[in-house]
Amino acid sequence: MHELSIAESIVDIVRENLAANGSGAVKSVRVRVGELAGVVPDSLDFCFIAITNGTPLEGAKLEIEKTNIVAHCQDCGVDSKVEGLVFQCPVCTSTNIQVVSGNELQVVEIEIDDEKIIDH
Amino acid sequence: MSVVTIERKVLQKNDELAQQNRSLFAQNGVFVINLVSSPGSGKTSLLERTLDHLNGKINVAVVEGDVQTDLDAQRVAKFGVPVVQIVTNGACHLEAKLVQDAIANIDLKGVELLVIENVGNLVCPAGYDLGEAMKVVIASTTEGDDKPLKYPAMFRNASVLIINKIDLVPYVNCNLEVLKKNAFQINPNLTVFETSCTIPTGVGTGIVEWSNWLLNKTRNS
Repeated sequence: MHELSIAESIVDIVRENLAANGSGAVKSVRVRVGELAGVVPDSLDFCFIAITNGTPLEGAKLEIEKTNIVAHCQDCGVDSKVEGLVFQCPVCTSTNIQVVSGNELQVVEIEIDDEKIIDH
Repeated sequence: MSVVTIERKVLQKNDELAQQNRSLFAQNGVFVINLVSSPGSGKTSLLERTLDHLNGKINVAVVEGDVQTDLDAQRVAKFGVPVVQIVTNGACHLEAKLVQDAIANIDLKGVELLVIENVGNLVCPAGYDLGEAMKVVIASTTEGDDKPLKYPAMFRNASVLIINKIDLVPYVNCNLEVLKKNAFQINPNLTVFETSCTIPTGVGTGIVEWSNWLLNKTRNS
């Protein structure tokens, strides 16, 4: 249950970016969560709502963009989706692979309603 | 309506602090391992047996992480090594900042190996870099043989897997070969040790092999 501290970090990042971008209400916050990030999207959403409740961010929607695990094969050079948690190249069966996607935990962008001014 | 592109890692602050820790460890020539597992798999027992074996060979320091109490620090202190207890007061994992504050209480000069025992949890500690050289994951036989598949991030991020409580294999529903197969499916590069912490000398229990491996890693780092 580290989703609460993840949600707090997301809110901190959003607030830092608001200061430089006017004072419109935040309509949505888009985050990217990889399958290997160890974050449960429903819990993250629950925590985000809980900690923004009663703050200027109340009502902002957390949009979670999930990413699959993709690995680059160091032997045959092909990038493939890792299916069923089998960390092996499906083309040449090599296990000498590098995960290039799936660990993401990023704030991608925020959408601001410029007409609804809020004191952040 | 306007869109502000951010594209920033959520744990960027933690990663930056972890990097500071890593630099500090490098400056002082300290090899650091992050010991992770579910609660009750034997992290502290393994650490006790390891300290027993490394005693007099290299200088070790320990950072203990727990949700409550300093019981583990008391156990480790008996081995005469510097130990700092972090009490997270509910948090389910250690973060780089907590480790940074903890190591401020240890004189790192002369320390060759620092063991950070994380909070017992196979999920959350996987995402938090502390500045360690490697994560060592412990899976005990009483947990069954499917843990690597259920908690892939932890096993993927670890360099070493220690299968603990092998003395209990006859009594529990755990097939060692299946456990290893599952672990290698997630991470083929894992170095695996099989241990039991019930015999104080550690002879014949995998503790000697693991401790010697750790000793060599520390000396060659």
